[in-house]
Amino acid sequence: MSDVVEKTLTALPSLLSLDSQPGSAKLSSTSKLGNLIRGITELTSKHEEEKLIQCELSSIKEQVSSPNTTMRQMKELMVRTIYCEMLGYEASFSYIHAIKLAQQGSVLEKRVGYLAVSLFLNESHELLLLLVNTVLKDLQSTNLIEVCMALTVVSQMFPKDMIPAILPLVEEKLNHPKEIIRRKAVLALYKFYLIAPNQVQHIHNKFRKALCDKDPGVMTASLHIYLQMIQENPEGYKDLTASFVTILKQVVGGKLPMDFNYHSVPAPWLQIQLLRILSLLGKNDQSTSVIMHEVLDESLRRAEMNHNITYAILYECVKCVYTIHPKSELLEKAAKCIGNFVLSPKINLKYLGLKALTYVVQQDPKLALQHQMTIIECLDHPDLIIKRETLELLFRITNAQNVTVIVEKMLEFLRISKDDHTTIDLVGKVAELAEKYSPDNEWFIETMNTVFSVGGDMMQPDIPNSFLKLLSEGFDSVEEDRKLRLFAVNSYISLLRGEPGKLPQRFLQVISWVLGEYSHLRADLEPALVLRLLAKLLDMKNCSSETKSWVLTAMTKLCEGGSGVSVAQQVSEAYGSSLDTVLRQRAQELQHLSQDSELRARVLPRGAGLEPVEVDSSLSFLDGFVSEALAAGAAPYKPPHQRQEELAGTKALSLEPYGLSLPISMSSCITDRQSPTLLSMSSGLSGDSTDLSHKGGSATLKLDGVKRVWGREGYLSQKEPVEEPAQVEVPSPLRSPSQQGEADSSHSQTPSLTPTPESDQEKQQLASSLFVGLGSQSSVCLMGKSEPTTQRFRRKAKGHSTASSTSEQVSNSVISPPSTVDNLLCNNLLDSNITSELAVSSPQLTSRLSQGLAATNGTCDTDTELPESDRKESKPAVIRDSYVVAADPAPHEDPDRPKDLDLSSHLPAELSELSHSEITHLCTNQNLELSVCHVQKEDSLLLIVFISNSSDSAVQQILVQVDSDELEVSCLGDSPVEEVRSHSVAVCQYSLTVKRPAVHIELVGMVSYQLPVGSPQSAAFSYKLPLTSFIRPLTVSTEEYGTMWLAFSHDTKQNLTLISDGQEPLTATLNVLKKRLQLHVVEIIGMEGIVACRLLQDQPCLMHCRVHAGTLAVWLRSPIPDLPDCLIYHCQRALQGH
Amino acid sequence: MMRFLLLFSRQGKLRLQKWFTPIPEREKKKIIREMTTMVLARQPRSCNFLHWKDLKIIYKRYASLYFCLAIENHENELLALEVIHRYVELLDKYFGNVCELDIIFNFEKAYFILDEFLLGGEIQETSKQIVNRCIESSDMLQEDDSSEWYEVELFG
Repeated sequence: MSDVVEKTLTALPSLLSLDSQPGSAKLSSTSKLGNLIRGITELTSKHEEEKLIQCELSSIKEQVSSPNTTMRQMKELMVRTIYCEMLGYEASFSYIHAIKLAQQGSVLEKRVGYLAVSLFLNESHELLLLLVNTVLKDLQSTNLIEVCMALTVVSQMFPKDMIPAILPLVEEKLNHPKEIIRRKAVLALYKFYLIAPNQVQHIHNKFRKALCDKDPGVMTASLHIYLQMIQENPEGYKDLTASFVTILKQVVGGKLPMDFNYHSVPAPWLQIQLLRILSLLGKNDQSTSVIMHEVLDESLRRAEMNHNITYAILYECVKCVYTIHPKSELLEKAAKCIGNFVLSPKINLKYLGLKALTYVVQQDPKLALQHQMTIIECLDHPDLIIKRETLELLFRITNAQNVTVIVEKMLEFLRISKDDHTTIDLVGKVAELAEKYSPDNEWFIETMNTVFSVGGDMMQPDIPNSFLKLLSEGFDSVEEDRKLRLFAVNSYISLLRGEPGKLPQRFLQVISWVLGEYSHLRADLEPALVLRLLAKLLDMKNCSSETKSWVLTAMTKLCEGGSGVSVAQQVSEAYGSSLDTVLRQRAQELQHLSQDSELRARVLPRGAGLEPVEVDSSLSFLDGFVSEALAAGAAPYKPPHQRQEELAGTKALSLEPYGLSLPISMSSCITDRQSPTLLSMSSGLSGDSTDLSHKGGSATLKLDGVKRVWGREGYLSQKEPVEEPAQVEVPSPLRSPSQQGEADSSHSQTPSLTPTPESDQEKQQLASSLFVGLGSQSSVCLMGKSEPTTQRFRRKAKGHSTASSTSEQVSNSVISPPSTVDNLLCNNLLDSNITSELAVSSPQLTSRLSQGLAATNGTCDTDTELPESDRKESKPAVIRDSYVVAADPAPHEDPDRPKDLDLSSHLPAELSELSHSEITHLCTNQNLELSVCHVQKEDSLLLIVFISNSSDSAVQQILVQVDSDELEVSCLGDSPVEEVRSHSVAVCQYSLTVKRPAVHIELVGMVSYQLPVGSPQSAAFSYKLPLTSFIRPLTVSTEEYGTMWLAFSHDTKQNLTLISDGQEPLTATLNVLKKRLQLHVVEIIGMEGIVACRLLQDQPCLMHCRVHAGTLAVWLRSPIPDLPDCLIYHCQRALQGH
Repeated sequence: MMRFLLLFSRQGKLRLQKWFTPIPEREKKKIIREMTTMVLARQPRSCNFLHWKDLKIIYKRYASLYFCLAIENHENELLALEVIHRYVELLDKYFGNVCELDIIFNFEKAYFILDEFLLGGEIQETSKQIVNRCIESSDMLQEDDSSEWYEVELFG
């Protein structure tokens, strides 16, 4: 671009006197828009504004729909509509006209049309489909500005499904001579990559071309895509490290045109993008990190200028240095950098310094020590944001010694913070720290009380859950458990005596559970008193019905003794007629159990919390009920999260933070007497469901319980508290008081502390209490060398992992047996890609010698007699259907036997039309060769054994025996082969039926025969074929499927990977399974699919698939034991191999 | 990635809104309300960053106008501040000594400039010259602009 053109540009507008020339802002204020805007500013009330805008909108509406309105007027109208929408008034009538304007207007009008479209609609809006054609047309326009506009709108929003329509055109633009077009095309592809990554998978090499583009702008644009791709798969792009380093070197060295400078800093955005990419590539990878050390050093050195943008680069540099494989020299420089940030008087830099420190302190806790005074100052900073960031930092350096001070600071902040999101986040952190480092019971309970009162009903539901779990599971010492529980009881009793009305519902629920379980620990406490306190809660106005049901359950546990029963009776009468069915149920329970103490002792045994309860996870005892209801026309049950998904499907991206995928109802989790985590789910192979339900019957039947379990993974999805930061410092070991004193004194000697007046004395004290445990000796353990021993509430190790969520547990227990099978089988498959193994039996040893003799006699192969061409043509029977090949055992590849046995021509005529597996060589003994294949007929599986005799003499008395543990083998044909003449082939057929399913089915056999001369010979062989050979589609209707499903008792569940190659993932995945395994897809309903197949002969297996959280949750049921497990293995393999 | 950019006056009147991810209308209104109250309530000499849900809000006041940019949590706050600054510089270059009124009366131009500067939530072009050249070349197109001459000249 020459200067001449530049001048022309500035001169032109004045010549053309367009209304849109630069600096002509005030001119257009005489327009209608100007009038509107002025009109609005003169108004005094919101009401008047509304009236004016409504009036304006109706006039616009009239005009846009009038056929006489020209496009030029339309453009003006559209601008006014945009203004009205910005003020918050909806003008959806104009959307279609905006699209029309983009379609039909001249370039200037089109531009406004596109702008209006991009402001009015979002990518899921249905009207957007009408824009596709316009975009297509403009992409092909010869007018560059039109192309630019089309690319711009495409990068902002485009219907996902329509991407294929324009993709070739956008791709083409990557080769456009104008860099601006190339750049926009790259950004459009980036957008496509974000919303539909698989659509642009095939053009990854074009991204590389964009990366190498001669224009730095295009190259910069391509980095967006690379950053994204590298984030997803850093391993795949290690080879580009050197290129990125070179680019960064050039940028830092000022090799780019001046255009790219920003306040004389060369291309800062590009630099930062590259630094991010490098840190992803260098993470945990020494050899890659080494390549970038030099350029990082240079970046740190060059960025000296005192400007925000250089600090931004420095910050990114520091992060990179601390992310990649460490180099001490760089770390030192980076640490100095952080120091400059933290100590800066500029508040923005201080903020960033704290952020950097938080990031870095995981690796180098001593850095926090260096800046302790600054951190203390920041803790008292008037700006809450700085305070909040400081707490984040403290959270990372918390250990058993400073936990009380840090938690105190956090709670202090919580009391003044009004932001819900912050509260939720901090409350979670406090709970985590309290559980991890609590110094004593009293402190723990009190801290948790504050957490519950402050966190209220906003906090993550897993906090009360894990608290209750902790109480009920206990720790290593029984006495300690008792003390903790007793303390909790005492504390809650006094809370209830105070003003319970102020407590949040969640807290009340926790209180009632604890009192119900443990108030008996306090001997002097009358149960009736507790009952009365609890009953008072029921009368509170703001008490939710969920809380009430917790309270009632607690009361049920406590109602004993004369006065207790009378309170219970009163309450149960009051709620026995409640409209809320759950409450009514609880009241009924309360009434009955309070009267029958014997029954109560059985149903709610005291202290039984640690007994694992077996639960029939599939609730199969309800199957009959469900099938009746279904038959009566009831809608099939959908788990809540699925219903939500379906609802949310139409909604656009929600900005709600921390949205749990499903709401966890506390009551459904813990109202049982037993803690939910103790439920050990019975294995999926629940033979007799009624038995199991009796076992679980010690807990009362909960209606809400039914709902929760029914949804399989849908229920009980509790997460562990805030994810523990990876490699966060482990707590230092407990030190004896004397040691602690040492540590304290060592801190007061830290050089950064200068003698100060009294006000600073406090700060120093605070510092020493905050940064205790971060000194040199503890830094050793921070590096993870010593075991954390201070954790007070270490959970007992339990047979069934109690720590993680129960739902996970269920799936684990179900999955584990087949997965070990998988491993074994995988190993087998790897070890021997040969499916048939030659087992040499003892007579064979002797026969080897004679074979050698025969060879010297000059026998020739059977094969040589067939001319080459003949052999090729005589292969029509080998139908290499994809599924046959897939289902085949690995072909036998023996380098010693390169010649393909052309045995297929020997297949019986009636079978030659059918597909058969590859013919596998079984064994050779002297001149007799055995080969085998199997033929899949619709109703049976045939094993064909070829016996070829390559000797000059006939082989007689041949006897082939085939046997298998898993199969029933019956010989077909009139009579078994007895003799094979010289140089000919005989065929035996066997029909196979599965007796017992296994992942792979092995046949063993023995052939014995007699040569004209010599002793009888024999050879053993084995042959393996996959279960899938026996699987056939089962055609059933959905109704039939439903009744069959309920009838089958053997089941298994597993999550499989989804396949999405362009189509809808569920359909795509089921299609693969259908093709590979010959399954029958009965029906696909939304996100669920039902599939049926049978194992020869007529042993059905049903499969229920549901797309959930990116995986395919599969549930198989069959009347045959082991069949579901074996089939799921093959499903897995089929999807893996895809 | 940037999520949205809002421009509003000291009175909390919205002057420009750009959403880089699809958000339902009702949610947008709620966000705008929250942003204006949050940002306007900030004391002078506080830092320019805010936490909001899982996003970071970067705001800066230029004369009577607040610029408020939401970025994802892992993004660089200082850099976002410079994004705002560069946008102001671009507006300034185009309007010549830009003031709030320029943006009120020519908000569509402000949008055009923004679309050349940021695209789909990412930086597209940071050069003042190039962005300006783009806008002006489009501005100058006449109704009968089919002549090739313009394009070749304007795009350099």
